[in-house]
Amino acid sequence: MNVSPLGLSASALPCPIPAQRCRVNSGQLLSACRLAWERGGALVALWASDERDRARGFSVRVLLRDGDGLTLLEHTLPDEGARYPDLSPIFPAANRMQRAAFDLVGAQCDADDQRPWTWQAAWPIDRFPLQRDFEVSPTWEPGQEDYPFVRVAGDGVHEIAVGPVHAGTIEPGHFRFQVVGEKVLRLEERLGYAHKGIEKRFESLSLRDGYRLAGRVSGDSTVAYAWAYAQAVESIAADDPPPRAGWLRALCLERERIGNHLGDLGYLGNDGGFAFGHSQFSRLREDVLRLNEHAFGHRLLMDVVVPGGVARDLRADDSALMRQQVASLERELAVLRDIYDEHAGLQDRFRGCGEVTRELAMKLGLTGFAARASGVPDDLRCDFARTPYDTLGVRRATRADGDVAARVAVRFDETVESLRLVDAILAALPDGDIAATLPEAPSSRLAIGCAEGWRGPVFIALESGSDGTIRRCHPHDPSWQNWPVIEHAVIGNIVPDFPLINKSFNLSYSGHDL
Amino acid sequence: MLHILHQIARTGIKSETAPTPAEEMIVVARLQKTILRTLGRALTIRHVDAGSCNGCELEIQALTNPYYNLEGIGIRFVASPRHADMLLVTGPVSKHMAIALKRTYDATPEPKLVVAVGDCGCTGGIFGQSYASLGGVASVIPVDVAIPGCPPSPRALLQGILAAISAHAPPVAAQADRPAVEPTLRSPDAPDTP
Repeated sequence: MNVSPLGLSASALPCPIPAQRCRVNSGQLLSACRLAWERGGALVALWASDERDRARGFSVRVLLRDGDGLTLLEHTLPDEGARYPDLSPIFPAANRMQRAAFDLVGAQCDADDQRPWTWQAAWPIDRFPLQRDFEVSPTWEPGQEDYPFVRVAGDGVHEIAVGPVHAGTIEPGHFRFQVVGEKVLRLEERLGYAHKGIEKRFESLSLRDGYRLAGRVSGDSTVAYAWAYAQAVESIAADDPPPRAGWLRALCLERERIGNHLGDLGYLGNDGGFAFGHSQFSRLREDVLRLNEHAFGHRLLMDVVVPGGVARDLRADDSALMRQQVASLERELAVLRDIYDEHAGLQDRFRGCGEVTRELAMKLGLTGFAARASGVPDDLRCDFARTPYDTLGVRRATRADGDVAARVAVRFDETVESLRLVDAILAALPDGDIAATLPEAPSSRLAIGCAEGWRGPVFIALESGSDGTIRRCHPHDPSWQNWPVIEHAVIGNIVPDFPLINKSFNLSYSGHDL
Repeated sequence: MLHILHQIARTGIKSETAPTPAEEMIVVARLQKTILRTLGRALTIRHVDAGSCNGCELEIQALTNPYYNLEGIGIRFVASPRHADMLLVTGPVSKHMAIALKRTYDATPEPKLVVAVGDCGCTGGIFGQSYASLGGVASVIPVDVAIPGCPPSPRALLQGILAAISAHAPPVAAQADRPAVEPTLRSPDAPDTP
């Protein structure tokens, strides 16, 4: 984004894709966000950092994305009393990020909605865990908050409260439905139950070791997070991994995408009343995970991507096994796709269910495969292709309908494309080292890493401290953008379709709650 | 319909033999034979995610795929703790989930076996204890079996679950270490040994 019309000067931001950073006052913050919105840009992430030890109060950081790349706006709040402008009128997705930034850092936003978001009474409301002088007291007991849900009144309207312990084997969160008959009038999400202090924990780790924690921000996206983290460390150290490592990382990322889409396609069949789908797809997913373990030593590929490269090389005979698996999965997928497409009962559940129009998707900043199913074609692998995606040429999967059927179709298309990519990677895998020794990381350097995970783009903002420590690390999951969209997608649908709609997005709780 | 039947026939039976129980995972041995008699040959499990990264959930979900065929050996997941014999709890226990976890435990009928899953469920793992995390499951509710791993494989999960209901488990030596719960079995008149 060209920021010079705003009278701003930008400096380079270390990142694998084009990125810049600029300091802004509150007026410039608003006008830069408006300019980005007018140019079709989107809010990627908003977080804050305690800079009082540098006599700079609190820094509010707003990461924007447009066709040119990333722009990081940095706004300084001189003290705890200062406020920054509410960005949610421009980017509605900012609402929860602003509330979380207050809960964790104490940076105050000038917004109407001052409800807590991440905070749920586990620590006093006037203490902020990511302030550098924060100290834990052993006397703090887990408490309960009285969250002001918005209620709908009227004849026959009733409320259904679900969670945080759910009926299925899934993560914890609370859903509050306002319902008339079986029709959903309103859904309000309450998340934060899986908040376990990940950002604070990063600050006790070294830059080199942080990849293990990054790989556990959201266990289903471990490769995407570890890769984004490794990129950030490598950008700080101004070094690149060897080519073979880049290709092996992409191999793992695509296998992660295949595994997750296969699992979800099965559950989508199951939630549509078609248990056959679950038994077939869960079998295929298991085959993928078993070969992951055989080849890389871990079923979910945790700790394979490390700063500097990858931790394990791929043996030639495992490469052959993977190519055989690609061929067999392509055959199986074609059969199962026909069965799903021709199953009237399943299609009846999928079509027109949980619709998100392109206009709504753009306004709310929907991202990842769910956005591609609503006609927003963004994909980091295509838009800012780096090794090896620049040579592989990823074919975007998009649909226009934005319903469960469209998200299922995009998942099928992306699985097929990832299988093609896995085969292409294995056919052209360069020889050489799998890891480089990184030079000493300079202190006080901020860098961004990013990867298009199966759910959507994952970002890591990482700032080095002295002697190879982490000063601040903010992981950003696409679920931040996508959770609020589900509240809209279910309006007018019936309660029993909620599990299906929810699963068609399958968002992360842990990656969002941190 | 023919497509579906053809695919089922072509897939064949994928189920594998269940592994042997892993007795080393037992933290506190209880009245195993009585529990077995109470449960018969069926075990119902309620899973609780008390703050995990979702890695353990993926592997617990894998237990329901045709390879592990959980229901084939009489084990199934249920939607409410009130229907459950066992809680399968992943961690670390976030402070925000502590009350929900305790309430789930209270809602579970005796003998309410508790299995802590994963390195985080066992000890807090990489997240440890902090302003937001209480660490392992045992810091909130009593644990019978702890299954390490990050995440544990479905096979290890099965071994741990079976260990909790294994008749071969060592006799009750550590009952005293389990102060919070005095098992009230559903057939109190049944003797411990036949």
